[in-house]
Amino acid sequence: MTDTVIRAQHLDLTFETNDGPVHALKDVSLDIQKGDFVSFIGPSGCGKTTFLRCIAGLEQPTDGKISVNGMTPDEARRARAYGYVFQAAGLYPWRTIGRNVKLPLEIMGFSRAEQNERMNRVLELVDLAGFEKKFPWQLSGGMQQRASIARALAFDADILLMDEPFGALDEIVRDHLNEQLLSLWARTEKTIGFVTHSIPEAVYLSTKIVVMSPRPGRISDVIESPLPKERPLDIRDTPEFIEIAHRVRDGLRAGHGNEV
Amino acid sequence: MNRILPALTVVAIILAFWTLAVIPMNAHITADQAQRSGLEITPEEPAARQDISGLALALRNPQIIPLTYTQTRPRLPSPHQVAVELWETTVKKKVTSKRSLVYHGWVTLSATLLGFAIGTGLGILLAIGIVYNRTMDKSVMPWAITSQTIPILALAPMVIVMLGSIGIQGLLPKAIISAYLSFFPVVVGMVKGLRSPDAMQLDLLRTYSANKNQGFWKLRLPSSIPYLFASLKIGISASLVGAIVGELPTGARAGFGARMLVGDQYGQPLVTWAALFAAAITAAALVAILSLIERQTLRSMGMKTA
Repeated sequence: MTDTVIRAQHLDLTFETNDGPVHALKDVSLDIQKGDFVSFIGPSGCGKTTFLRCIAGLEQPTDGKISVNGMTPDEARRARAYGYVFQAAGLYPWRTIGRNVKLPLEIMGFSRAEQNERMNRVLELVDLAGFEKKFPWQLSGGMQQRASIARALAFDADILLMDEPFGALDEIVRDHLNEQLLSLWARTEKTIGFVTHSIPEAVYLSTKIVVMSPRPGRISDVIESPLPKERPLDIRDTPEFIEIAHRVRDGLRAGHGNEV
Repeated sequence: MNRILPALTVVAIILAFWTLAVIPMNAHITADQAQRSGLEITPEEPAARQDISGLALALRNPQIIPLTYTQTRPRLPSPHQVAVELWETTVKKKVTSKRSLVYHGWVTLSATLLGFAIGTGLGILLAIGIVYNRTMDKSVMPWAITSQTIPILALAPMVIVMLGSIGIQGLLPKAIISAYLSFFPVVVGMVKGLRSPDAMQLDLLRTYSANKNQGFWKLRLPSSIPYLFASLKIGISASLVGAIVGELPTGARAGFGARMLVGDQYGQPLVTWAALFAAAITAAALVAILSLIERQTLRSMGMKTA
């Protein structure tokens, strides 16, 4: 369990904007091991989403090196190394849930039979079996986001990159989905990169918490979680959990410097 | 039902206003005629009548008011006269008759539909070009906009005469004018529709390494369908106007445009008005058919219709 699947070395990324260059990432180095659940947490503008997009090859770093499974992000994408879950479910309104899940499979050229087989399997995995004939508007926000996770799982990528996937949902739904995500992670043994701005969410989910700070976006702390892999929701009341949450908060505060 | 009532209210108001307007509009000719057939009219001198308004004339001679509604060559026909003329030239005439509005309607409609098909096809192709090709984006759109600033009334005779001189006559020249008017809303709507997927949806396809073709068929085209229908509804009525305008300048012998011209030139306002209303009803029917198709399509695509 110590194979490094994602390795970033001295990443730099500067966006040229009308208001001058924006330093989104500065000297970001990080190793992510196979099976890790890594959360990226920090205030907006700290580059957590940008970093995730660099891993996915959706942004090109201006400097530094990044490899995914020993390949460049672009090669890794073509090798179907990762599934990406966005902040909004982004299901196609004109497709049923089942056909939404099949979208990547159609694009990647899976056979009709295999598409159906995989669709049923992943819908089961996110607890949406029997909903394949429904249209997105017939589902709640939480169910839509679960369908979008199923869509990202459908082609068996080993890495799941999630950009604030539950950010728009209310807390009760979010708790429920966090629990489900953990059990899904335990069953599939995927490597997950998870962007969030919620401290409890990051601590509850992660084996590794990456605290980032803004202007320029950089890593200010990396916390290896001592929490066991089995995590009931009430683990959040234990002293260990509260201690980690404190450390994350301290890291966020330090990163902010005098700006707060 | 709650949409029909407001619409009917507006129609009723227009009809009431129209019915009242018939009296002053036709007062002078009615008075002249009534005097010739022996009725007493004040003032007695026709020249003196020219100096007073139609309303005043009608009020001073209330006996002519009913007659203003039954003129054979009224300045403004009454609603029921137009309705009767419409009925007689559609239902009561054989469709092969040269006086049948169904016959003339088909002549105009065939040009409309052909022009609409050409315009829609051209509009969609141009929109795809504009969305996928930077050069076309920069070059085509300004010209498409410019094309719509040229008055079609000035352009139509030129098109018809030019095509006529190289032997193209009949349906096609009119269809080209129709297409000229209808391609523009389709271009504008489809460009907007094809560009409607947001950055996230495009990024999602990138994470699947989808190619441009897949992006078009699986994302951009389905996203553009609601925009397409909005454009088609504008396009089809523009097509009908185009076909009618194409019939006006060259003395076409058939079509709504020809009937309007005939009524005008031979002093038969009822013919003009009946053709006008027949054209309006045709346009409404075409838009209604498109709305039905739109609802069916969007419903089968699982989208809630507004």
